[in-house]
Amino acid sequence: MKIGILCSLIRKEEKLLFDEFRARGLAFDRIDDRTLILDLHQRRWDFDVILERSINHSRALHTLKYLNDCGVKTVNSYEVASTCGDKLLTTMALIKHGVPTPRVYIAYTPEAALQAIEGLGYPVVLKPAVGSWGRLLSKVNDRDAAEAILEHKETLGSYHHSTYYIQEYIEKSGRDIRSFVVGDETICAIYRTSPHWITNTARGGVATNCPVTPELNDVSVRAAKAVGGGVVAIDVFETKDGLTVNEVNYTMEFRNSIDTTGVNIPAKVVDYVVEVARR
Amino acid sequence: MAVCTECEAEITLAPSTEVGEIIQCPDCGLDLEVISVDPAELAPAPEEEEDWGE
Repeated sequence: MKIGILCSLIRKEEKLLFDEFRARGLAFDRIDDRTLILDLHQRRWDFDVILERSINHSRALHTLKYLNDCGVKTVNSYEVASTCGDKLLTTMALIKHGVPTPRVYIAYTPEAALQAIEGLGYPVVLKPAVGSWGRLLSKVNDRDAAEAILEHKETLGSYHHSTYYIQEYIEKSGRDIRSFVVGDETICAIYRTSPHWITNTARGGVATNCPVTPELNDVSVRAAKAVGGGVVAIDVFETKDGLTVNEVNYTMEFRNSIDTTGVNIPAKVVDYVVEVARR
Repeated sequence: MAVCTECEAEITLAPSTEVGEIIQCPDCGLDLEVISVDPAELAPAPEEEEDWGE
């Protein structure tokens, strides 16, 4: 079996995955996206499967498209990366598949964005459509803040900040849920607790074990399938009306969730990669 | 033994170190990328980019 791992910088997660492959005697080729040259006319790639672990979304996206077009199986697929890498596309996929998700408005000008914000009602959350680790999220509490942030985005932002993703603010009572889906199963979940409204562990949120209830498993697996399935991490809010899905991540980080949950996440990922290779 | 590119501290890499891994200089705190493990070689880690993440 010929396995490739697309990556560049090596996080704790990649090390754990490397260790898991090696422990099973499964050789793999590291494909560093920083030195990669894709000859788009060369269509032969002799791999049974490639696990995508790039830290750059744009490199992952384009390489997965190329590999899938060449007939190479990847974890995850281009379709999944494309949908999860753009919050707008993720929200549309969740809505299309009937998965509960907070209300979102999209606007393309500051004037329309302000109108949308006031239509949704304060507070709202403004997010860049592409981004991760809680970067550049804004909780907008009033019109003064809205006008200031919209002006800053228009003046300082790159072009994709001109698509305004405006999300209903969900009161999280200090925590949200990160669930991990591999294939058809929610393998484990954590609570991410923080006094700050941004609960990402990359921003200081503290991880504790979250039991995988039937409701959490159901909404997580449905969210995973809505974006195309595979190995994904789902951000879930608890509301008085039940669970609602905030985002789906396709190159999931899990370093804080192995000891916390007692689940060997890299082993589950490697199991899935091998299964995909054998299909 | 590798050397920090900023403060020239001598750094011993752990046996499990991978090429491409980011480590922190214990003396000056600079993030360093492991360019090579044998021989050990370090370079300043790249700055976080807008599309980095999970």
